[in-house]
Amino acid sequence: MASNSSSSTAQQRLRIIAGHLQKRPEDENASVAAQECKAEAPRSEPSSATPVPRRRQEIMKWNGWGYSDSRFLFTKKGQAEFTGKRYRLSGLILPSLKDWFEGTFGANLQHRSPATPSLNLSAVAPPNLNQPFVEDLKAAGLVVSHDPEDRVFRAHGHCLHEVFALREGRIGRVPDMVVWPSCHSDVEKIVELACKHNVCLIPYGGGTSVSSALECPREETRSIVSLDTSQMVSVYMHACRQYLRIRRLNEHGYCTGHEPDSMEFSSLGGWVATRASGMKKNIYGNIEDLVVHIKMVTPRGVIEKSCLGPRMSTGPDIHHFILGSEGTLGVVTEVTLKIRPLPEYQKYGSVVFPNFQQGVACLREVARQRCAPASIRLMDNEQFQFGHALKPQVSSMFTSFLDGLKKFYITKFKGFDPQHLCVATLLFEGDRGKVLQHEKQVYDIAAKFGGLAAGEDNGQRGYMLTFVIAYLRDLGMDYYVIGESFETSVPWDRVLDLCRNVKERIVRECKERGVQVTQTYDAGACVYFYFAFNYRGLNDPVHVYEQVEHAAREEILANGGSLSHHHGVGKLRKEWMKESVSGVGLGMLKSVKEYVDPQNIFGNRNLL
Amino acid sequence: MASRALYSPRHPMLKKRDSFEDILEERRHSSDLRYALRCYTPTLYKGLVPCKASMLKSIVLQSDHLQYVIKQVSSESGDSTECVAEEASLILDEMAHRLQLSTVRFFVFTLSKAFKRLFRSVCVNEEGIQRLQQAVQEHPVVLLPSHRSYMDFLMMSYLLYMYDLPLPVIAAGMDFMSMKFVGEMLRMSGAFFIRRSFGGDKLYWAVFSEYVKTMLRNGYAPIEFFLEGTRSRTCKSLTPKTGLLNIVMEPFFKGELFDVNLVPVSISYERILEESLYARELLGIPKPKESTSGLLKARRVLSEDYGSMYVYFGHPVSVRSLTEGKITRSQYNLLPRCIPQKPSADTHEFLNDTAFRLVRIQEGNMVLKPWVLIATLLLQNPDGMDLSSLAEQTDWLRHLALAFGAFLDWPDHAACSEVISCSLALHRHLLSVSAGHVQLSVTDAPQVETTPEEAVFHQAVVVLSCASYRNQILHVFLRPALLAVAMQSANSNRKDDVYNCFNFLRNMFSSEFILCPGDSVQDFEEACYLLMKRGVLQVLEHEIVMSASGHSTLAFLSSVLDPFLQGYQVVSRYLCEETNENLTEKEFIPAVRNFALKLILAGRLKCYEALSSDLQKNALAAFLRLKAVMKVKVGDQVTLKVNKIAVNSLEDTLGKSDVISHQNSWWSSMAMFEIAI
Repeated sequence: MASNSSSSTAQQRLRIIAGHLQKRPEDENASVAAQECKAEAPRSEPSSATPVPRRRQEIMKWNGWGYSDSRFLFTKKGQAEFTGKRYRLSGLILPSLKDWFEGTFGANLQHRSPATPSLNLSAVAPPNLNQPFVEDLKAAGLVVSHDPEDRVFRAHGHCLHEVFALREGRIGRVPDMVVWPSCHSDVEKIVELACKHNVCLIPYGGGTSVSSALECPREETRSIVSLDTSQMVSVYMHACRQYLRIRRLNEHGYCTGHEPDSMEFSSLGGWVATRASGMKKNIYGNIEDLVVHIKMVTPRGVIEKSCLGPRMSTGPDIHHFILGSEGTLGVVTEVTLKIRPLPEYQKYGSVVFPNFQQGVACLREVARQRCAPASIRLMDNEQFQFGHALKPQVSSMFTSFLDGLKKFYITKFKGFDPQHLCVATLLFEGDRGKVLQHEKQVYDIAAKFGGLAAGEDNGQRGYMLTFVIAYLRDLGMDYYVIGESFETSVPWDRVLDLCRNVKERIVRECKERGVQVTQTYDAGACVYFYFAFNYRGLNDPVHVYEQVEHAAREEILANGGSLSHHHGVGKLRKEWMKESVSGVGLGMLKSVKEYVDPQNIFGNRNLL
Repeated sequence: MASRALYSPRHPMLKKRDSFEDILEERRHSSDLRYALRCYTPTLYKGLVPCKASMLKSIVLQSDHLQYVIKQVSSESGDSTECVAEEASLILDEMAHRLQLSTVRFFVFTLSKAFKRLFRSVCVNEEGIQRLQQAVQEHPVVLLPSHRSYMDFLMMSYLLYMYDLPLPVIAAGMDFMSMKFVGEMLRMSGAFFIRRSFGGDKLYWAVFSEYVKTMLRNGYAPIEFFLEGTRSRTCKSLTPKTGLLNIVMEPFFKGELFDVNLVPVSISYERILEESLYARELLGIPKPKESTSGLLKARRVLSEDYGSMYVYFGHPVSVRSLTEGKITRSQYNLLPRCIPQKPSADTHEFLNDTAFRLVRIQEGNMVLKPWVLIATLLLQNPDGMDLSSLAEQTDWLRHLALAFGAFLDWPDHAACSEVISCSLALHRHLLSVSAGHVQLSVTDAPQVETTPEEAVFHQAVVVLSCASYRNQILHVFLRPALLAVAMQSANSNRKDDVYNCFNFLRNMFSSEFILCPGDSVQDFEEACYLLMKRGVLQVLEHEIVMSASGHSTLAFLSSVLDPFLQGYQVVSRYLCEETNENLTEKEFIPAVRNFALKLILAGRLKCYEALSSDLQKNALAAFLRLKAVMKVKVGDQVTLKVNKIAVNSLEDTLGKSDVISHQNSWWSSMAMFEIAI
């Protein structure tokens, strides 16, 4: 799909040295509306500045999601507010969030469970340094740090148990030092020295892992070095004959089209290493479709292809050893991606269905006719209500009157049960004429399944949700509510059964929250589960949560779902790898690891 | 949640059972008509409103599964798909139920009348009903009643109506449908009809399984079927069938349902309506074909007293918890679910195992009346007993049965003799009581001259009727009894010798009794445990030693199995002595019966139960299983090829435990022992 339309002629060569995505610069191009959900940089930075400082903690939370200045809080009056200036939601009051929050979780604003305010440096174990290695690194002119804050920051991803422990001030094993290479040859040097001195390297990109992939293995006795690739971000763009940061592509009228929910923070190397997927994959493809060339430094040497041919029949594709290797084989240093011109026109949309079954049937039909918009997501009733709780305060009487009228039309006139209806959110991209035509086609299909168009606003709010939901979890944790999302992919004929059974399995253990179908494929869908509960009175809530997630995952696998659609395996889902890919499959992966990294230098122990 | 309930309890005395309520009590005091017409608002699965029968039919016919099979059959047979689809539709018409509340109300009215005449009380455990009410709302429910009488499913529907539970749809044999009018009535009260055999018919199987699964998946109504497949003529539970069990579990295996609740129901009768009918059938007087006129003639049964009836709803058993760790559901992930898949070997084993355990739950929850104990004793004393010694021994047996975990309904504040005379009165047609002496005998025999053969048959009807009561308690004594017999026939007291004998007997009788395949070690341990607890045995590390006080109990236990040992010996003697090269399978039963009859007439055999075709069939099955007899297909006839050496050696092994000489001796030895104390 990615290389067919007339506008895709610009398959540009884009060379990035382990790109880390930074904040989107303020976008002057008003016609591109898609960025509104995401953080906007408060000021325009000079292009030479590094996107993320080495000391990430200066702008980001050390024990929560995202930027320090952006967070949800309940004001003294009990109203929810989102602080900061980066997001569309920033500075707005969300009047219905409190009721939803208290009603759904039985939480109470009087009962707070605040986080430890600052990192207790004495809780961090002193570094176990390999002195000859450190000296060699310094001699090679590389930037290193033993600072406890730097080390703690790189010891975790964003799994519930990781963030929960940080909030409580519990610090486990952390890397013994951090090193920041700035180019490919730096990485080669580091890996060579690591082999020489036998230290353990853990590559670090954006730190948004949700698979325990960044956790230091407890059994590791060697010195652990976090290899932070965030300073290796320049992009060479052939079209412009200059180096750029990947986000600057937009200024030149291009985009990669890869937009995972964590895109503000995650890194290109991370996308490759985890087989990431973006929400617009229907048009642009997943990371494996976007990648043209990869260069990776391994203990055995550098692995890469000899040319940039769009497709090769040269045995199994070596890229597929790298994609999803989760930092067990080496460090991705250079990636060549396909880029495309920025879409001329973007339009959000939404469709209301009387129930989830109808919605799934409609998405399946859309997939069958291969006319999926850039993004199409179906939210079940619970998530729909959650989305409503995030509606900002309406400024005018007229809008609130209109909302009332809409609600009346859907529930009374059309007879939709507010407890059952669900919403699909849509995003169309392309040239204006085609988008409008496409939109009509999709709405026509929806109508066959009882779907009613429900406006752009609902659609846009749906997408906003995916960018702020991680911030919302931090709010929940301030009030005894913990939660997490997990995902799978499943053939179409099993979507409904899987959703029902997994929900029921979760209900068996706990209270439950929403489910959504987020991606459509011709042969199936990606299903996302959000699950949160009130842990007041529970002794070990994280353990309870883990038991529930474990049970839910078993249920997913028993119902024909996959181990992961795009989050990856890490250490969290390792136990099911053999079941998922068969003993022989696992053996093949192990033998690759053994050849490439016999000393287990890349010893994060993910995947295998 | 209830998975643990499936495993045999180590402490049978601790097994807690619910108490009963008599549902006829209220019926005797208020109008049946008003009752039949009352507002019926059943609790439903997830509040779903049941769909119409016609709707159901179209869902089934449109289902992916059936469409797939239709195409497959049409490409195999060359018929057009329309043709095959038409055939499927006809099969469905023949099969489908047409539940109508008005018919149900009619049944409720007439059955209220009938039950009140037939039974003194109909007792139901209301806690079980409450559990069922809960289960029905959570997950689709499958009801698994035991099957002893035609009354069973009428009573089930009656009870569910009464307690405002959704009416079940019931898998019934096709033979009912041939009954004019009544067949249709049954259909309208929720029965659906399946052919007795349709082994190779793919289309039939597809329609049938999809029909059942659709009802289950949509939570339309509880499915009810009989694990045993047919009514047990002997009141012993029959070896369960797994076909339907597989069908109702498949939606769970394939992830179409989160869970399915299986509810075993035990229905027991103080006196069975079909009592003598069954005995005649076992003796080769063929079962009258179900017909409406036959049913009308059976009106006579309405004028008799059948005592009490008990319905015990067991704990719902969750299929999900049953399968945990035994079935990997992901094995169904790689084929579209509409494509029928034969159960894999481990699924098959699981189904079989589950079916046996469910039947054991049924057995365990069957209510036993005092008469069952009396019948057991009377059968062991063919020459009759004095009332006083009957009372004494019954009391002794009662305590033994209770110690082994029997669900005995013994009146609370009544003297033993009183209880016994009540029981004798209810079953007086099987007995003669004169001058304080009780004996099993023919009471309503015609006074006209009878041939000796006829006399034997008349007596055999009485004995087999009586045996059907003794059989009800067999499951309580079975394992200890096998051990008792094993101890007598083993060469030594060594534990492994005894175990080998035990295992041999267990294999021999595995068609006769409910013995879960693969449980022989467990069964052996259970038997040891029970007898040890009773002080009959001492189980040492390598030896099993009989206690001084144990002889009487052991003698009683081995005489419980005696009729079966003798019966099997008769069959093997027949196979050795009388058969020629071309004995067909069909001729087998009548031939053995004649052989046994001759032995009885000649005075060489006292055991009338050897005449039972059920026993003969089971014995043949055992010999076939042990490869002493082979089935050979010649033309369109199946002949039996007897390996006389093997049969002889089996007979020898059985003969070692021959306890004929011990008969009646257990009681006197116990009496002596008591004096010795």
